[in-house]
Amino acid sequence: MYEFDIERPASIVAAAKALNAEGAQALGGGQTLIPSLKQRLDQPATLVCLGGIAEMQGINASGNDLSIGGGTTHADVAAGAGAYPALAALAGNIGDPAVRNRGTIGGSLANNDPSADYPAAVLGSEAIVRTNLREIAADNFFDGMFATTLREGEIITRVDFVVPEKAAYAKFDQPASRFALVGVFVAQYGDHVRVAVTGASEGGVFRWAEAEAALAADFSPAALEGLSLSGDGMISDLHGSGDYRAHLVGVMAKRAVAAA
Amino acid sequence: MPKDHGIGASPKRREDVRFLTGAGNYTDDINVKGQAYVHFLRSDVAHGTLNGVDTAAAEAMPGVVRIFTGADFAEVGGLPCGWQVTDRFGEVMQEPAHPVLAQGKVRHVGDPIAAVVADTYAQARDAAEAIEYDIDELPAVIDMKAALSKGAPKVHDDLTSNLCFDWGFVEENKEAVEAAFAKAAHVTTLELVNQRLVANAMEPRVAVGDYHRATDEHTLYTTSQNPHVIRLLMGAFVLGIPEHKLRVVAPDVGGGFGSKIFHYAEEAFCTFAAKAINRPVKWTCSRSEAFISDAQGRDHVTKIELALDKSNNFTALRTDTHANMGAYLSTFAPSVPTWLHGTLMAGNYKTPLIYVNVKAVFTNTVPVDAYRGAGRPEATFQLERVIDKAARELGVDPIKLRRQNFITEFPYATPVAVEYDTGDYVATMDKLEEIADMGGFEKRRKASAKKGLLRGLGVNCYIEACGIAPSHLVGQLGARAGLYESATVRVNATGGISVMTGSHSHGQGHETAFPQVIADMIGIDESMIEIVHGDTSKVPMGMGTYGSRSLAVGGSAMVRAAEKVINKAKKIAAHLMEASDADIELKDGQFSVAGTDKSVAWGDVTLAAYVPHNYPLEELEPGLEETAFYDPANFTYPAGAYACEVEVDPETGKVTIERFTATDDFGTLVNPMIVSGQVHGGIGQGIGQALLEGCVYDDDGQLLTGSYMDYAMPRADDVPFYKVDHSCATPCTHNPLGVKGCGEAGAIGSPPSVVNAVVDALQRGGHEVTHIDMPLSPSRVWQAMQQG
Repeated sequence: MYEFDIERPASIVAAAKALNAEGAQALGGGQTLIPSLKQRLDQPATLVCLGGIAEMQGINASGNDLSIGGGTTHADVAAGAGAYPALAALAGNIGDPAVRNRGTIGGSLANNDPSADYPAAVLGSEAIVRTNLREIAADNFFDGMFATTLREGEIITRVDFVVPEKAAYAKFDQPASRFALVGVFVAQYGDHVRVAVTGASEGGVFRWAEAEAALAADFSPAALEGLSLSGDGMISDLHGSGDYRAHLVGVMAKRAVAAA
Repeated sequence: MPKDHGIGASPKRREDVRFLTGAGNYTDDINVKGQAYVHFLRSDVAHGTLNGVDTAAAEAMPGVVRIFTGADFAEVGGLPCGWQVTDRFGEVMQEPAHPVLAQGKVRHVGDPIAAVVADTYAQARDAAEAIEYDIDELPAVIDMKAALSKGAPKVHDDLTSNLCFDWGFVEENKEAVEAAFAKAAHVTTLELVNQRLVANAMEPRVAVGDYHRATDEHTLYTTSQNPHVIRLLMGAFVLGIPEHKLRVVAPDVGGGFGSKIFHYAEEAFCTFAAKAINRPVKWTCSRSEAFISDAQGRDHVTKIELALDKSNNFTALRTDTHANMGAYLSTFAPSVPTWLHGTLMAGNYKTPLIYVNVKAVFTNTVPVDAYRGAGRPEATFQLERVIDKAARELGVDPIKLRRQNFITEFPYATPVAVEYDTGDYVATMDKLEEIADMGGFEKRRKASAKKGLLRGLGVNCYIEACGIAPSHLVGQLGARAGLYESATVRVNATGGISVMTGSHSHGQGHETAFPQVIADMIGIDESMIEIVHGDTSKVPMGMGTYGSRSLAVGGSAMVRAAEKVINKAKKIAAHLMEASDADIELKDGQFSVAGTDKSVAWGDVTLAAYVPHNYPLEELEPGLEETAFYDPANFTYPAGAYACEVEVDPETGKVTIERFTATDDFGTLVNPMIVSGQVHGGIGQGIGQALLEGCVYDDDGQLLTGSYMDYAMPRADDVPFYKVDHSCATPCTHNPLGVKGCGEAGAIGSPPSVVNAVVDALQRGGHEVTHIDMPLSPSRVWQAMQQG
């Protein structure tokens, strides 16, 4: 780790101001950033800690709407998002207890690790990502591996979900990291279904349109029979080939539908 | 009734009180006043010519005390290799230099180029980034067979090739083996990889060097399994420090699994630098650094062939193995694929003819050396896999085929140079079949099938050579050391005992088990006995802990020393009771005169030894302390039979271990609870190898599995609850305790049964899969199912 300064703003406005400074870097739960700093892979001048901002904390449920503060930890979502069981279950299976008690939903989304779980839930639930500047629909938020449409210094303040009629997340663990080798989130909203896939694609989280159409017509695992994805453009590494990941997307999609 | 004390009882481990309450004293807990910190600048390329290292800018950085490079070690010896193998043609192995810091070339990612010593660790690391070095990258050799091909880049320019040695065992058997294959009724052939593993002890390595100018005394605190061996290797061969001026301390050590046997460059560096700058120097290895600097394990590529006659008797066995040495020869590396591997190829079977060929190869990778089991897991895996494959090819029951070929008479001289003193392989297999409930397998398989899962059952046997080792034998085999052990039993005036043992405990529970032995011999409470280990200034001599040798060799030395103590104490007691030495009996801590009611207590005798007012001074010296060295007459041969039941998810390839059963013959058990714990841990590591772990380099020699993000360690939910049994005991015939050693058995015995079970599951599921290389990751199993 190199030396850095740390600021602990108490409000979103103060945090945004601090992030305007040269070399400033937002710090959420630090579950990716801190290991990178320890490896000396990054050298921010100032870390702006978002953990002390009360207005970014907590979960508000109202009818079918669920709004989660950007600074809410995975453990708090697991325990407090009972109105959206599929989301709570997903949060409760991220990493390990240490990760879940530090890592935040805003941090995970801003990092957009191609194997992270939350991007699948957010894209699969057509959530709205709210920032200090604007609101961004999930379809417009993710922009490839480790990339989002967030601007420099922009802060995810809340994430708003509409609870679907049915939903589930099926994850197949990468054996070492237990990140998603493939994770599929399915959600049924009235006459349409969203299927979001994480872990598999070199382009990061994506929607599987063919599966969405099939499930909209018949929300059952059988509806996915015969559908397949190409291994081209899928991540291929020592934990699995692109073809294997493409195959797993089909398997996990069926399991998610069955569990929903 | 289970015993509540002494040999055979299971008192809880006394050392766990400090380990579990954070009160251990590990090497990183040791901070010497005024210490500086070292950070090693390591090569980020696998192979290159090191043209120069410019430290000028770095020297000027804040806090820098001094920066060392290979040039500083020009007059210092390299790291020695403790075992010299002689090849098939009578030539000794090629043995390259292994400098403390790179000189002229870097040979693997992680090879240390420079060492920065500074006031703080962060300063040392900052300054290391300011070092400018010029490396001309050379093509790396990673694949062993490619490394042996004509024109391959050489890891060591001064050697004739990348071949360390080409070993044949037993060379004289080669032709007879070939003849047996020529007339075999059936030959089963299997090509397999025993993949490279990273040891990953919970505690990374640490070294603290200290030097006192006034007395010219050096101290090295280090994470070692054998501090005396480090003292000898480093003192005599690297730095030229005589033993009486060099103290090596290995305090609490958080696991070794072999990787802390060896003498490492960082130990020599800290010792050397402490004198050079006249200030203590500390190094703490990070986990990332451990992945590129700890010696790694396994890494064999093997073709094995088994010949059978028409009655399915094994008639001959032939193996061809490439064994990766990495870039340099680590301390005991040459012994692992040879004497710890070839000698085990008979396994539990009376195969009359065996020929083992091993080509040891240098590559641009981290050095490879002993890792839990060391050579014996590699032998067991290939043998038990080829037997399983043969059974499937012949359509016979794998257990029946094994039983038919079991060795049943002991002692048994194998065709690979060792003689098993005792064993009962039928008994352990009988017990296995009983407690693994093999009769219930079909019912369980059907239940799995209802869930859409393929269930398989795999079995294997194993034998290991432990209690390492008879010095006269290993000397003939190329060891440059003796492999005895020593112990001093020091009885204090009030009867308490300190046992100084050359064995080192880094998880094995010696501090609990060793006192159980002494307590039994004398008949006193275990709490009166303390075990002292891990410090060359306290323990006279020691060869350390590895090869499941501590109780069999170190414990035997302790018994011999205790016998001497008891003999002397009897003489004192005889004097106190005015009786003849020959009539004195010791029981329950009381010395009595046979046939009388006269007795004196243990404490009365020990007090007399140190307060010799009434004492036979003309015949006996005062005091009560004895030392013994014990050199075993033979190896010990623990053996057993293991069974594994798996479920395979045919949609994903994921393997789940549903049941795991182990029956082991360890001879006499001193603390059955500790033995079971050792087996549990060993099986966990074996399952780790079978399903999860694998060290992977890319073609350029970059480590792709350099962290836990990609190197899969077993977690608690990857392993089942084990059923283990040690009741089929045939005590070792040649050591005083009858013990055989249990530390490595689980890691040796478990991988084949896991793979056998997965192959069984897939075949039952209609897949024509005959082998999958470890680790049997979901992706590999799925891939195999697509192909067969």
